[in-house]
Amino acid sequence: MGKIQCSCDLMELTELCGKDMATRDAYGITLVELGKKNQNIVVLDADLSCSTKTALFRKNFPERFFNMGVSEQDMIGTAAGLALTGKIPFASTFAIFATGRAWEQIRQTVCYSNANVKIVATHGGITVGEDGATHQALEDVALMRAIPGMTVIVPADAYETGQCIVNISEYYGPVYVRLGRAKVPATMPLEYKFRIGKAYIFNIGKDVNIIANGLMVSEALKAAELLNKEGIDTGVANFSTVKPLDEETLLELAKKSKLIITAEEHSIIGGLGGAVAEFLSENYPVPLRRIGVKDTFGCSGDWKELLKIYGLTAQNIVEVAKEFFKK
Amino acid sequence: MADIAYLKEMAKNLRIEIVKMLALAGSGHTGGSLSSADIVTALYFYKMKHDPKNPNWHARDRFVLSKGHAAPVLYAALAMSGYFDKSLLNTLRKIGSPLQGHPCCKSLPGIEVSTGSLGQGLSVANGMALGLRLDGLPSRVYCLLGDGEIQEGQVWEAAMSASHYKLDNLCAIVDHNNLQIDGCCSEVMDISPIDEKFKAFGWNVFNIDGHNMEEIVKALDETERIKGKPTMIVAKTIKGKGVSIFEGKVQYHGIAPTKEELEIALKELGNGKNSV
Repeated sequence: MGKIQCSCDLMELTELCGKDMATRDAYGITLVELGKKNQNIVVLDADLSCSTKTALFRKNFPERFFNMGVSEQDMIGTAAGLALTGKIPFASTFAIFATGRAWEQIRQTVCYSNANVKIVATHGGITVGEDGATHQALEDVALMRAIPGMTVIVPADAYETGQCIVNISEYYGPVYVRLGRAKVPATMPLEYKFRIGKAYIFNIGKDVNIIANGLMVSEALKAAELLNKEGIDTGVANFSTVKPLDEETLLELAKKSKLIITAEEHSIIGGLGGAVAEFLSENYPVPLRRIGVKDTFGCSGDWKELLKIYGLTAQNIVEVAKEFFKK
Repeated sequence: MADIAYLKEMAKNLRIEIVKMLALAGSGHTGGSLSSADIVTALYFYKMKHDPKNPNWHARDRFVLSKGHAAPVLYAALAMSGYFDKSLLNTLRKIGSPLQGHPCCKSLPGIEVSTGSLGQGLSVANGMALGLRLDGLPSRVYCLLGDGEIQEGQVWEAAMSASHYKLDNLCAIVDHNNLQIDGCCSEVMDISPIDEKFKAFGWNVFNIDGHNMEEIVKALDETERIKGKPTMIVAKTIKGKGVSIFEGKVQYHGIAPTKEELEIALKELGNGKNSV
């Protein structure tokens, strides 16, 4: 990480490509580079800067970093105020506190005012691990997606995170980015260019297409490999932007699929699976299976074990697909 | 020097516009709009640097109406300042009107931020004060809160932040009319002593009569000389001030004057005879 920290330039985000790394680490690194280029970037945190990795920005630009203490609602409101004076605030804390504790502040003050606030939350999903259910946000994407004017992005790996952070700093409007605590495998290829609202197709399957985001993209790629070996032609697409949903790509995939599987480290209610179900049921009904946490809280434990317990694995995707074609 | 007579006349005109637009709308918050009319007048027609012809002038002073339900007082001040045509006030709360029931900054020039859900404005004001300070501007931020509103926990988070970041370019004002929807603040959820609470949070505090224009102007002037801490002006007010039938009556928190009540109100207020 040290090497990247020193040499990573905005033009050289490609250095994040191929790196197995927690998306929060990529965020911290990219923020510093952004801070060097743009004086209007300011960062707020709610006493979790070492975990969210905004501490890197604090170290480099203390005058543009505001620790708000353990007060997420105030942090979001303050970020809105900064945005309304022309700053580009990045406000960070854990996903559960950012979206749950401060939901109404995000709705009323940020989105209803169209304030240019970037809420970049870390510790999304079950991979928070040992801290358990209170800290595992499984509903954050649903909460953010329901607010008019909000853009919702769940990057898959370090490379996509870096690009996403730079990209949203150049976009005017509220954005929610959900990042993770755990180290995730590099999945996005060198030529990949992140664009808000644009899905990336790895390949299209004739039987199944898996629509995934976050760390489930790498699981989906593994699952596709296994399924292809077993004669089920499977494709994978990274729908990192949950809102606005890339409806065009989704429709294209649905038309070519016997089965669509969504896969996300989130409740099956209201997240990527929910968004895909809403769109397809009205526009192009096709058999659909949603992989995610099934309307339950998480629990403490090693994050890799938790992924298995909650079925957030390539193996489970394979089983779901095979079960469908058995009928 | 403030022209006190002019400001008093202007406050009266604001009150006239408030009762007129509310009666036309048929709903809205009469009591808290009238109680804050003198404070808002002093801000818009004396203290604040702002340019109605250029609402987005970067170096302007900012006003955040945290008690967003008092939207009519803000709309009246903006219209009288020349942000938009006064006839727009007749559209308050109607379909398609930029004058929403609670202020919406996307639809109306001069509104700094959308408010209405209580307790959120002071944080926004803090953020603006931080942003203006980062830009090295002398601009100031004013934030008007209701007294019932300070029951919201976020207000105290923001009270801590303003003090922690030494926001001496921030001035908050509590419209302390001591009434909220369900009754007396002291009965619903006691908020006293407001001044001592903010002092304990590290603020400079002034206690004033929120209907005495000389006192309001003096406090706003003095605020600018306070360095290293934010200022809270606790303005003692009367809900419904200016119209005897509304004064001190809790039921006029959230209802508009009827046609008959409007007539009484306009008579008492002089119906703009001395229009400025």
